[in-house]
Amino acid sequence: MTGPEHRGILHYLRATQVWRSIFRHAFPDDPRNRALAILSNVFLHLHPIKVRKSGVRLSYTWCMGGLTFFIFLVETITGILLMFYYRPTAEFAYTDIVALREHVPLGVMRELHRWGAHAMVITVWLHMFRVFLTGSYKPPREFNWNIGVILLVCTLMLSFTGYLLPWDQLAMWAITVGSNMARATPLLGYEGQGQDLLDPLLGPGFEVVHDGSDARFALLAGRFVGEAAILRFYVLHCIFIPFIAVILMSVHFWRVRKDGGVSGPL
Amino acid sequence: MIEFPDAFKHAVNSVFTGTRGAITYLSLSVLVFAVFIRWRAFFTRTWVGVVALAAASFFLVASYPDHNFFEIAGKPDNVPIMGLIFLVGFFTWLAFRRMVENDRRVAGGRPTLEEEESRDKVLVWPDLVYIEFIALILCTVLFIAWSVGIGAPLEQPANFTKTPNPSKAPWYFLGLQEMLVYFDPWLAGVVFPGLIIVGLMAIPYFDPNPRGNGYYSFRERPFAIVVFCFGFIIMWVVLIVMGTFLRGPNWNFFGPYEYWDPHKLEPLLNVNLSEYFWVKGYPLSVGLPEGYLLREAPGFALLAAYFVLGPLVLARTFFRRMLEQMGMARYQVMCFLFLMMTLLPLKMTLRWSINLKYFIAIPEKFFNI
Repeated sequence: MTGPEHRGILHYLRATQVWRSIFRHAFPDDPRNRALAILSNVFLHLHPIKVRKSGVRLSYTWCMGGLTFFIFLVETITGILLMFYYRPTAEFAYTDIVALREHVPLGVMRELHRWGAHAMVITVWLHMFRVFLTGSYKPPREFNWNIGVILLVCTLMLSFTGYLLPWDQLAMWAITVGSNMARATPLLGYEGQGQDLLDPLLGPGFEVVHDGSDARFALLAGRFVGEAAILRFYVLHCIFIPFIAVILMSVHFWRVRKDGGVSGPL
Repeated sequence: MIEFPDAFKHAVNSVFTGTRGAITYLSLSVLVFAVFIRWRAFFTRTWVGVVALAAASFFLVASYPDHNFFEIAGKPDNVPIMGLIFLVGFFTWLAFRRMVENDRRVAGGRPTLEEEESRDKVLVWPDLVYIEFIALILCTVLFIAWSVGIGAPLEQPANFTKTPNPSKAPWYFLGLQEMLVYFDPWLAGVVFPGLIIVGLMAIPYFDPNPRGNGYYSFRERPFAIVVFCFGFIIMWVVLIVMGTFLRGPNWNFFGPYEYWDPHKLEPLLNVNLSEYFWVKGYPLSVGLPEGYLLREAPGFALLAAYFVLGPLVLARTFFRRMLEQMGMARYQVMCFLFLMMTLLPLKMTLRWSINLKYFIAIPEKFFNI
């Protein structure tokens, strides 16, 4: 009576062919199997096998980079669920949000998505703050700091584009205030300096940069925050920026490994 | 329920109201920042941190019953900004605490906290994955509790004909919106944000100091730490807090317990530099010249001096070593970005002290600085 099947259900499960086909290592209680646990798992192998002790010290790392990634996953999952019920049009956007609130008992997906978005902006900032204060942008990590700055911009843009989607007063006017700045872009905004520089190319009476062709128009797909802007922001929010962010995150995490792991004294 | 007496609230409001309130608020923030850094060894002691946290919490608890305070600070979307204040405060405190400890160790010839701990390595399984797992669970619990407790707000449907007052940008851009008070949109909304991003990305290539890589340290890189903390805490977080809680209708400044009266009047007496120079008798009073180039010559001269003489003077004084380490080209770019950053507090101070509107005002060409 010494076979694994007599030592409890877990041991029995671990011995099955199904379990062993998924996990190709024994119980991780010795260094070899602990290393294998990381190495043989596609998600965990983001990590190295070993890290400096200071790299797992919470008062050193604050865990903010990891939490940012975690919140990104939360936002993705809740966002996908919200997409099932939300139509990005001026006619339906607001009522779909009302319906989500009124018709879903105990629904917290929109809450999780909104509070997560706020929290992600904060954790990204704190992550950058920690990385700066520990000098972790210094060689050899200069390039990864740059990727991080772009990811910070992605986070802000994700939040900014999401702001419009509920299509309430807060949404429309916050985006109006935010996007009005683009009018004043030098060269590219119709109230920016040098907006008339290219006009002579087309001859007298023509304008190259006007309120129907400038940077703000490109952002809003219109002269004001309206129907077309919802669709534009929806695609930017759900596909375009996450797509770029995921690519950059892959580079960011990979470079953390390649540049010597979580920073520590050289 | 604890609540501050009315006399206290009135006193606070009278200090923090109107343009003078904005000056007081920002000056106080800078003062606290400077005092904290100067006497960081004292302020990062455990009991001082506990007292500061208790004081801040008490202020919040005793303020929430006030109707006007609750109206703004109790808004669901402003809860994370309350959190931001405490988180930035706590982590700044924590980071400086470790800096002080490490500086002390280095001065005594001992290894830093991080160096001591990085001598041995630990296995990721279980030492890191379990920390991640616990952090993830705690975070999930926090988010679910937060989401169950506070519903996501939804205002009236979007309406083109009804402009809310105040109209605010998303909270993380309120620092930029605050800049709009002092600079035109092309600067505050386009050029400055662009330069913030470029400047952040350029940091690793500007910092010639090889020390302080991978551990907390103040003494080994005081300039970098002070400039970055000033930029992040004062020019970003403090302005966001100000834009969220203290900027009300018509972008007027209100005390924390003040009613946001949309009819509150604030006289605007801003004067261009060219008017000071040509009209108001500093030094001339001959009237504005015709052409805008001549009219704005004083502003051009002043800004040229700032951006051309500034780097030269700094190269011979504070930045002497930096110039040697960085070389001329990098030094010039770094100096330009640095002077751009200090332009904001300078312009704010000039606005408050002498009502300066623009250094250069050429509305004909949308060119105002």
